[in-house]
Amino acid sequence: MKIKIEQKILAKNEDYALANRKYFKRNNIFCINMISSPGSGKTTILEQTAKAMKDKLNIAVIEGDLYTEFDADRIRKTGLQAVQIETKGACHLTAEQITKAVHKLDTANLNVIVIENVGNLVCPSDFDLGELVRVVVLSTAEGDDKCAKYPKSFVQADVMLINKIDLAQHLDFNIAKVKRDARKLNKDLKIFEISAKTSYGMNKWFNWLTLATKALKH
Amino acid sequence: MHEAMVAENILEAILAQVPKKKGTVVRIVISCGVINALNDEAMKFAFDSISQGTICQNAKLKIKHIPLKASCNHCHKKFNFDLYDPQCPKCGKSDIKLGADAPLLLKEIEFEEDTD
Repeated sequence: MKIKIEQKILAKNEDYALANRKYFKRNNIFCINMISSPGSGKTTILEQTAKAMKDKLNIAVIEGDLYTEFDADRIRKTGLQAVQIETKGACHLTAEQITKAVHKLDTANLNVIVIENVGNLVCPSDFDLGELVRVVVLSTAEGDDKCAKYPKSFVQADVMLINKIDLAQHLDFNIAKVKRDARKLNKDLKIFEISAKTSYGMNKWFNWLTLATKALKH
Repeated sequence: MHEAMVAENILEAILAQVPKKKGTVVRIVISCGVINALNDEAMKFAFDSISQGTICQNAKLKIKHIPLKASCNHCHKKFNFDLYDPQCPKCGKSDIKLGADAPLLLKEIEFEEDTD
């Protein structure tokens, strides 16, 4: 006997994502889901952002890693609140984990929550966390073919940060090609060339973050 | 796509749906989109592993891939979007409007009741 089901397979994740998104909007919290390969510089970008924004925005960070509290500790040293999610081997974060992590934060007067997803350019892009904006980070050391090889992460992003731009001159990294490939997948993608280490281009990213957060309140 | 987690979710959904009668699931049909795509081989492997010892352990898993409709903002050509060649097949421009990608769906199952 055939049984029609027609049920969304990731319905549970979608339900949590929807609830998270409602919560962020209701509380004027600008939530970012940051996705990249391991070692692209996400945590360093967040450390620099924390330092530069500390008088302007109240930011909290949710860190996702397979193991260790290393990244949350780095963020806490900058004075921000951070919650570490250890996935114990899972390659992505789920919306339910975010719901639980947000409960651990003091959200009074919070402007921004950045979710630093597990370093992985494949799996995290399949799981809506309820974020308002998705940021993909690509560092020059990873090579300039990643948009074409891992299109899912770029087609669904709102912003791309090309990090370690100071290293590009030492590598075979064609910045124009990467931007062209990314915009083929996603013509509206906002792209910033940055170096979290030298601060190159970081002001533009800070300004974007400030304006995008303010825009949420109107 | 993280196929192991998808496999767990499929199994959970089926076990919640099948009749209380004794029997086995012989066929499962799921569908996916282009951005929400599944790798057939990885998916089947994951489901085979996860369904061992359940009423689904011998089920054949059929995965339907639903195309993602796109239209060219430049020449207005309508086509199926290819994630690995993201341009208009007619004029070659990349100024493309994407439709909604199909979600991961558990569509139907075939259930055989035990005769004894």
